[in-house]
Amino acid sequence: MLEKALKGSKAYWLWLFALLVIIGVGFGFYLKQLDFGLGITGMNRDVTWGFYIAQFTFLVGVAASAVMLVIPYYLHNYKAFGKITIMGEFLAIAAVIMCILFIIADLGQPMRLLNVLLYPTPHSMLFWDMIVLSGYLLINLVVGWNVLDAERNSVPPAKWLKPLIYLSVPWAVSIHTVTAFLYCGLPGRGFWLTAVLAPRFLASAFAAGPAFLILLCLLVRRVTNFDPGREQIQTLSKVVVYGSIANMFFFLCEVFVAMYSQIPEHLDHLKYLFFGLHGHGTLVPWMWTAMALIVAGIVLLLIPSARKNEAVLAVACAFTFIGIWIDKGMGMVAGGFVPNPLHEVNEYFPTFPEVMIAVAVYGTGFLILTMLYKVFVGVKEELAA
Amino acid sequence: MENNRRSFLKFAGVSVLGLGSLSLLDGLTSDDVIAASGQTSAAEATYKQAANALTAQRWGMAIDTRKLNDRICRNMEKACHRLHNVPDLENKKHEIKWIWDTEYKHAFPAKTDPFLAERFEHLPIPVLCNHCANPPCVQACPTQATFQREDGIVLMDFHRCIGCRFCMAACPYGSRSFNFRDPREAIKNQNTEFPTRMKGVVEKCNFCAERLAVGKQPACVEASKGALIFGDLEDPQSEIRQVLKENYAIRRKQNLGTNPSVYYLV
Repeated sequence: MLEKALKGSKAYWLWLFALLVIIGVGFGFYLKQLDFGLGITGMNRDVTWGFYIAQFTFLVGVAASAVMLVIPYYLHNYKAFGKITIMGEFLAIAAVIMCILFIIADLGQPMRLLNVLLYPTPHSMLFWDMIVLSGYLLINLVVGWNVLDAERNSVPPAKWLKPLIYLSVPWAVSIHTVTAFLYCGLPGRGFWLTAVLAPRFLASAFAAGPAFLILLCLLVRRVTNFDPGREQIQTLSKVVVYGSIANMFFFLCEVFVAMYSQIPEHLDHLKYLFFGLHGHGTLVPWMWTAMALIVAGIVLLLIPSARKNEAVLAVACAFTFIGIWIDKGMGMVAGGFVPNPLHEVNEYFPTFPEVMIAVAVYGTGFLILTMLYKVFVGVKEELAA
Repeated sequence: MENNRRSFLKFAGVSVLGLGSLSLLDGLTSDDVIAASGQTSAAEATYKQAANALTAQRWGMAIDTRKLNDRICRNMEKACHRLHNVPDLENKKHEIKWIWDTEYKHAFPAKTDPFLAERFEHLPIPVLCNHCANPPCVQACPTQATFQREDGIVLMDFHRCIGCRFCMAACPYGSRSFNFRDPREAIKNQNTEFPTRMKGVVEKCNFCAERLAVGKQPACVEASKGALIFGDLEDPQSEIRQVLKENYAIRRKQNLGTNPSVYYLV
């Protein structure tokens, strides 16, 4: 099947080439980072995780959101999603690979990565994160690939896949839960020290992931002969709005707890993000933009006539995706580090090389996603012919 | 079907190869490839104890704030940083510090009162690793590069650290520093008795484990002119226990349950 990724139009090859150029440029910056150290990023003694780890966190959510297709299709027998479930699983594969690349990009000593396996440490959440992420990657690769292969041969998927598919449901929840546990179990970080962090991560994931998938469906319909289907897209849009509202609900719960209790350790981070603290407020415009985008996305998706118009739907999905990306990809990580444990305010903003390295990781993800989708669409076109 | 299985295997093989070559490349481009050694526990790799080594059940420190002034603090910091090859970096963002002094309101952010005793307004308060009995950094570290010794000292294996900085997120005291760049260029007078670090690893105060092993008190204690008392918290006869019995002492964020081993006499 893989050979389908190697046959394509001029536009297909041009797109792959463009991605390779982006990856190459970013890799150049990565070599610079390897040579100089993480000092080329905006991270500092107080904000020790930044753009990379934030992207990692966000993309774990995108990966986990494949479960929003698997549950309706396999558990509720919602046949319509049979057409696009593999798109969700292939998106998960690309997202998990990006997650792993972002972790590697963030390491001070990347060649020692395997120390995590060499000295397994169950009391470290990072150890579990590695296990659930690699497991999830494997599950989606095996399931997605084999189900597509069966479809191509017009036979039902092998029986042994069923338990794996069922396993993928709790497993998807686990990857984002463990990722939240990286943060919410740390005693001195008031912003993250909330039991609602994992549920909120999942909710925002189930909004941002399917929102992105809708955009991908619209794109696939435009550039290939395969139509993911209007009903499928409409159902996904309802998933997005449920997820996005749940995310805002959890967020407002957090805001209430911090503001009503007025405990400084919790309140100060929110103050910093939304109003600035002691005259420092780099992220303030970003956070309000994120909130405006998320709310606008919810409003558009709630109005049936707007949601049913696919042009408006695309805008609403883009709003939701970008809003959550800013909130989770910029605010969540940096916000937890400012103010620092000594209650000093030292801000963070990513540098140009840092952003370029991140862009290269996204480029790699898109390269993998493009090739996987090429195979998927190729099979669909073959069956239609 | 057979053909497809083969192509899947090929696909998987190429992916694995790709990842493998990435790590190979990392190895080639770094100037330090002494990755991990074979030992199973980093704890075994700590200092060889001399016959006159100072030992304790649980090492602790009492800082007598009444005896502190700017000069003593400066001397303690200098003694420590010079001894441990802590670089003097101009860029504050990349700063490495093992012991430094800060204001009361920063050392004890939850204990900042509007009508604070005047003495504390500008009193320098030294802060360092608390060598917690229940250290969140040790819990967070995915490779046991940071670990707790039998005597309570929390140490780092600089050769095992992968530089993930999870320990820095976990530390509620901001006691850890990361080498954002090669520190060696910024060490003025290198002490050849103590290792330098490479870029990309975390470091922090080690309660001078290397000095205790040869019968010496920590460098900051020596430079403190009696303001710092170092000893065994589990030994009721020790000087530190006597001092803590007779004086009211506070600890940083003791409400978090980390059980710090550094006390401040106020």
